[in-house]
Amino acid sequence: METFINVSLNLLGGFRYTVLLFAYTLLIALPLGLIISFGSMSSFKPLRWLTRTFVWIIRGTPLMLQLIIVFYAPGLIWGISAFGRMEAAIIAFGINYSCYFSEIYRGGIEAIPKGQYEAGQVLGMKKGQIFLQIILLQVIKRILAPMSNEVITLVKDTSLARIIAITELIYIGQKYITASALLWPLFYTGVFYLVSCGLLTLLFQYTERKLKYFAV
Amino acid sequence: MPILEVSNISKSFGSTEVLKDINFDMEKGRTLALIGSSGSGKTTLLRCLNFLETPDTGVIKVNDEVLFDASDPNTNKDSEKRIKRLHFGLVFQSFNLFPQHNVLKNVTLAKELLAKERPDYKQNKKQILGEIEEQAREVLDSVGLSEKMLNYPHELSGGQQQRVAIARALVLSPDIICFDEPTSALDPELTGEVLKVIKGLAERETTMIIVTHEMQFARDVSDVVLFMDDGRIVEQGPPEEVFGNPKEERTKHFLERYFEG
Ligand SMILES: Nc1ncnc2c1ncn2[C@@H]1O[C@H](COP(=O)(O)OP(=O)(O)OP(=O)(O)O)[C@@H](O)[C@H]1O
Ligand SMILES: [Mg+2]
Repeated sequence: METFINVSLNLLGGFRYTVLLFAYTLLIALPLGLIISFGSMSSFKPLRWLTRTFVWIIRGTPLMLQLIIVFYAPGLIWGISAFGRMEAAIIAFGINYSCYFSEIYRGGIEAIPKGQYEAGQVLGMKKGQIFLQIILLQVIKRILAPMSNEVITLVKDTSLARIIAITELIYIGQKYITASALLWPLFYTGVFYLVSCGLLTLLFQYTERKLKYFAV
Repeated sequence: MPILEVSNISKSFGSTEVLKDINFDMEKGRTLALIGSSGSGKTTLLRCLNFLETPDTGVIKVNDEVLFDASDPNTNKDSEKRIKRLHFGLVFQSFNLFPQHNVLKNVTLAKELLAKERPDYKQNKKQILGEIEEQAREVLDSVGLSEKMLNYPHELSGGQQQRVAIARALVLSPDIICFDEPTSALDPELTGEVLKVIKGLAERETTMIIVTHEMQFARDVSDVVLFMDDGRIVEQGPPEEVFGNPKEERTKHFLERYFEG
């Protein structure tokens, strides 16, 4: 008979992968999204067109499909297994979320009035200085709400990784149904997601309060 | 020798010719009022002087140095524009203060960033930053905002915000400071405090170009008035003449309409 403690420990083992996937995805997607957003706003048409097409494809197809492609396609096409399971998941999630983030960034950046850039320019600031010292924080403030939505979605999306047999939280929970005919461990996984999302919500609320001191 | 010489400036957006062969110069310490109906090209002219637009033809000289010459690509490098702009300051109609920085930081930020390019910045960092803050405090004091240094832009009235914007431009000591309708985004009861600050600057012989729809103010404050219409300078002269005895039909028309309406 599985004790509550035992199940908890096992689920925690799965939760470790959930957290890892979540953290690595953010690590990749937060900066990569910014680069993609610059591409999608580029005045160089071919680059803009290419970037936007890429974003359209990634956002227009299921993440689950992308996971399967990243993990299996190299083997099917070149006969090599290019990535381990976790690497494949991190790559697929990283790229997928970069594209979503890039659109949020783009919206935020495009909402900043032209006068902010021009004010920096006439004061002799460099492009990079204008972005870092003037634009960035205003963008962050503007995109906080949509970003918090995406990040919270990511917590739950990590469960898709079970499709390539990553032993994340839901994967472990489900195992109990087949292996021990127990349903409650799967329900119990919900608690982990709830607590995680609760903590993230608090973190976003805190950041929002921190940026309340100015108005955009 | 004039501090600013503008010759043969023209500028088109697509097929609309917005500036047509603009020529004028001005002496150091003078105040030039630029008047004219909506769409006559006043803003575009200021933007050309501040390198926010690139003229199609013409030459801009400051203190006899050619800052821009449309026929010489060497004077039109992006890398040099940034420093050349510092000959000019620009105060926008809509203030464009940096919302996340307090009043003091709005004034010091650009100067601090420029100081980083000084070779002795690393050694004398503390002293340099201290001096910049000192200068910013002085300038803010001169526009009557010493009480508001630690406030954020959204906590200020429009008139106060525009005075911060003026201080922000002044602290870099540009040769010529340009104002684009500095009071037209303000409630009528707030225009006075901004106009007073600009008048004070004129009395201290700050070289200024002021685009304004406040004719009385233009007449009071300026040494020279330029009247623009349809992208050309139609008439220029001392305010008593342009306002009191305009020579050109179009100037008369414009002033009549203004003082009737
Ligand atoms: N970036 C632009 N692209 C296309 N047309 C422009 C651009 N900027 C200005 N124009 C046009 O140039 C003309 C002159 O504009 P400008 O803003 O210089 O006039 P203005 O004298 O400042 O007018 P106002 O008194 O209304 O501010 C207008 O017809 C305007 O529509
Ligand atoms: Mg204008």
